[in-house]
Amino acid sequence: MRITCPWCGERYLSDFTYQGDATVERPSDPDKVSDAEWHDYVYLRDNPKGWHDEVWHHTNGCRKHFKARRNVVTHEIASTAPMSGELTGGDK
Amino acid sequence: MSQTFRMPEGGLIDRAKPVTFKFNGVRYNGFEGDTLASALLANGVHFVGRSFKYHRPRGILGAGAEEANAMVQLREGARTEPNVRAGQIDLFDGLTAASQNCWPSLNFDLQSVNNLFKRLLPAGFYYKTFKWPLSMWLTYEHVIRNAAGMGKSAVKKDPDRYERMNAFCDVLVAGGGPAGLMAALTAARAGARVILAEETAAFGGHLKGRRYRIVGRSAMDWVRETIAELDGMANVTLLPRTTVASYYDHNMLVLNQHTGDHLPTAAGDTPRQKVWKVWATEVVLATGSIERPMVFGNNDRPGIMLASAAQAYVNQFAVKPGCCTVVFTNNDSGYEAAVDLFNAGIEVAAIVDNRHERSAAADAAEGVGIEILNGHVVYNATGSKRVTGAEVMALDYEGETLTGEHRTIACDFLCMAGGWTPSVHLFSQSRGKTLWDEGLAAFLPGESFQRERSAGACRGSMGLASCLRDGAAAGLDAVKAAGFGSASSVEAPVADDHGPGALRAMWKVPLPPHTHLKQFVDFQNDVAATDIELAAREGYRSVEHTKRYTTLGMGTDQGKTSNINGLAILAGALGKPIPDVGHTTFRPPYTAITFGAIAGQERGHHFAPTRRTPLHDWHAENGAPFVPAGYWLRAQYYLRDGEGMWDAIYRETVNVRTNVGLCDVSPLGKIDIQGKDAAEFLNRIYINGFAKLAVGKARYGVMLREDGVVFDDGTTSRLGENHFMMTTTTAKAAAVLQHMEYLLDVVWPELDVHIVSVTEEWCGIAVAGPKSRELLSRITDIDMSNDAFEFMGVREGQIADVPGRIYRISFSGELAYEVGVPADWGRHVWETLMAKGEDLGVQPYGMEAMGILRIEKGHVTGGELNGRTSAGDLGFGGMLSSKKPFIGQRSLSKPAMTDPERKMLVGLKSVDGKSRIPRGGQLVESPGAQLPMEMHGEVTANCYSPNLKEFIGLGIVKRGPERHGERLWAVSPITNQCVEVEICSPHMFDPEGERLRG
Repeated sequence: MRITCPWCGERYLSDFTYQGDATVERPSDPDKVSDAEWHDYVYLRDNPKGWHDEVWHHTNGCRKHFKARRNVVTHEIASTAPMSGELTGGDK
Repeated sequence: MSQTFRMPEGGLIDRAKPVTFKFNGVRYNGFEGDTLASALLANGVHFVGRSFKYHRPRGILGAGAEEANAMVQLREGARTEPNVRAGQIDLFDGLTAASQNCWPSLNFDLQSVNNLFKRLLPAGFYYKTFKWPLSMWLTYEHVIRNAAGMGKSAVKKDPDRYERMNAFCDVLVAGGGPAGLMAALTAARAGARVILAEETAAFGGHLKGRRYRIVGRSAMDWVRETIAELDGMANVTLLPRTTVASYYDHNMLVLNQHTGDHLPTAAGDTPRQKVWKVWATEVVLATGSIERPMVFGNNDRPGIMLASAAQAYVNQFAVKPGCCTVVFTNNDSGYEAAVDLFNAGIEVAAIVDNRHERSAAADAAEGVGIEILNGHVVYNATGSKRVTGAEVMALDYEGETLTGEHRTIACDFLCMAGGWTPSVHLFSQSRGKTLWDEGLAAFLPGESFQRERSAGACRGSMGLASCLRDGAAAGLDAVKAAGFGSASSVEAPVADDHGPGALRAMWKVPLPPHTHLKQFVDFQNDVAATDIELAAREGYRSVEHTKRYTTLGMGTDQGKTSNINGLAILAGALGKPIPDVGHTTFRPPYTAITFGAIAGQERGHHFAPTRRTPLHDWHAENGAPFVPAGYWLRAQYYLRDGEGMWDAIYRETVNVRTNVGLCDVSPLGKIDIQGKDAAEFLNRIYINGFAKLAVGKARYGVMLREDGVVFDDGTTSRLGENHFMMTTTTAKAAAVLQHMEYLLDVVWPELDVHIVSVTEEWCGIAVAGPKSRELLSRITDIDMSNDAFEFMGVREGQIADVPGRIYRISFSGELAYEVGVPADWGRHVWETLMAKGEDLGVQPYGMEAMGILRIEKGHVTGGELNGRTSAGDLGFGGMLSSKKPFIGQRSLSKPAMTDPERKMLVGLKSVDGKSRIPRGGQLVESPGAQLPMEMHGEVTANCYSPNLKEFIGLGIVKRGPERHGERLWAVSPITNQCVEVEICSPHMFDPEGERLRG
């Protein structure tokens, strides 16, 4: 699998580390959420078939985190973007 | 020995280059250009091994990757390699090989007794017989595995060198036969970057083993011209001896190049093998097809081979597989083979064709006087270590029963032409779905999933002319798809077009009534037709389950000759159409890749980086052995003349508490943190406050994971208003950096903080002991007095004339400092400290002494920061700030985190004063109690304390802090140790901490 880092360009998978689901946001004030919501945030992740927005870390490169929209069935990557950017493409 | 079966002329061998080799200790001759299989046949050797389960004699079935029988143990000593297909071994001078699965010798094999009991060894025999009682399975399995044999792996270190390559291309062509050559030529002429990979030493595919003509000349002339043209183009990479083994996503394919396997030893710059990762924009699969055996009685006798293989031995290697043959066919291919064998001077006793209708392909064979038996089958082969005859009977029109008189036709080899199986392995690996083709009775590539297309025999275009046309079309399609829109087509040359004609599928030859003959489907794993039928009767419906139950197709050949026959027999037994049963999944690699090639250069100390501290050489020069800590090598202790290991460790430990010691702490993770929000950021990631830390002060901090468990600890110093230096544990340095980067990039991008690892920029030296202040004051301009430089202070200044920092922090519990100087000055500063401290008794101390010092003080490290302990468990509860949010805080209210029964840090002392507390021991009330007994906790660290003069340890125990003075037993069944311990405070030495503040 090859991934396009928004800063460095296309690189092989071994450059990168998967860092989790990009659709999950840390509650801005953890004290304001219920125990159940906090439990969901810490432990529970969806495992959707198909397109998935993910956080990746360019560990052996620029060491920045970025988002990637990847199809977990085909490993196709529709787009990547800085954390502040928008992902496009895919069937999502 | 002479090559009795070598023809006087012809073939693609180099007769000017004779070579000698040894098989089973016997010396033979061959030529360069031979394979081991062809050279053995040239010497009349068919019987080359014994089968896996029944130890039946086996011969050479094929001529290449499809080989299921002739697996040999190649080479000797450190280079020995098991299960190598004899038809894929390029002969070299001095080659040695031996048979497998036989003991004491190939001819007299003790376990061939299994063959007499074969009716007692049905499918799933091991599962049925040896599975119960479960406790005995391990014993049975050991014996069975030994008996099952196969080859033996080398036990010595692999002396060869391997390389890994990465490559990109516009068009990758897998297979150097006629279709692949046309595809490569078409794409190359358009200017595309082309990689053409061919499994064998020479390009041409099946053409090497045929007598076809292209534009009126030998087809091999055309092959040579085409290769010459491709070789002269800068945009083409030709890779002979290279198997396209695996097809992964994003059109990434793995190629295994045998760069040195054809040499006595791969020397100099030539590695033994290379593994290529190729990223191809477009792929052309031209992988050809493999002939199928016929499933008749005793069809595994040595001398029974694929007709296409016999043809290849005659045409490519000028070797006669015997003097007299019978060809058993169900399509026209057998006729072509028979004529080639006849022309080589071999007597073709008969062509036995299960089709009742005479084929037009019979003309040539009949013309030379070969007897043709239409509507007949070979139902049995006679002979034991070599086939002696074919037992033939007529077949009724429906093909279900045998009729008429039985007749035995003498022969010394027998050819099987059971139709063709297109090699859809790579297509299937690329996730394409196959479709059943009734005419060829085979699965063909269906719709593509990735950017590839198949061409030639691997997609069912069987004749030469159609292969050439198909290859040209696929090459054009691929190169256009790769962005060469103006590419023009290349006209395929005029060629012969022999196809297999109409095939009469017969998955299992009927037997005469009341005969029981083993009809083998999978030769390598000894799976017979009856085994598959038995599995169906026992309820196996899925082809995947049947495969695992019968082991059909699970050998090292992965069923290249057996899969279609096997699943067709299963379909017949289940009464289902073949496409409904389907085939098992094709998994990479196509043929096995040796581990050495996969590892490439990443072996031994190249497998992972070795990190050495700036003081490494000094440690080595001063008697220190090294201990790995992650990738780091750290000095363990410093041996003096006449000392044992423990003498050195205890001497160093005591010296720190009485004089002064130096310890290399460079591997501790160091992260430089800057920015106007740096203090706020630290406040959010540590459980304790950092916002109000004064400039010039250090503070011990603890980090949690988001689930509330302790992540790491260390001291962080404030060097300026917006400038901090963090230290982490050696083990977690990378993880902590990534954790912080994640938080700054993803969670709090609004914070103005910049971080960078500076671990390797600094040399860290712990100066510990009552005389540390005196020592440091001799070499620095920093005011070292207790008033000027308080505990947890940080100062910058000149140290041994080098700019650096001194942190007044202590891991040993002594008055101690940590010196930080630029890495390249580390040795100079260390040596200055050693020289200036001689009269103070300065000594270096290693990891062992440091471990004892920290246990004496109850300081935690990896054993206690084990990913399960909370801050409260480790005695850091009082540090948890309630004035600010921090990572992991919200999880601290979870019931599990507030459970009063949580295991908490304690000190442990051996009650009898002379027994070492077992490492990793479990803490129980009474070792003799009834099982299961309650586990109160566990030992996390242990040592002999030369300062306290007793055996001590650390542990985590339920409600530990409430239980000081209580006694438990530390038991370690693995080491058979059982020691009574008393729970105490973890702060066993200087509990008030007077020494470090003094």
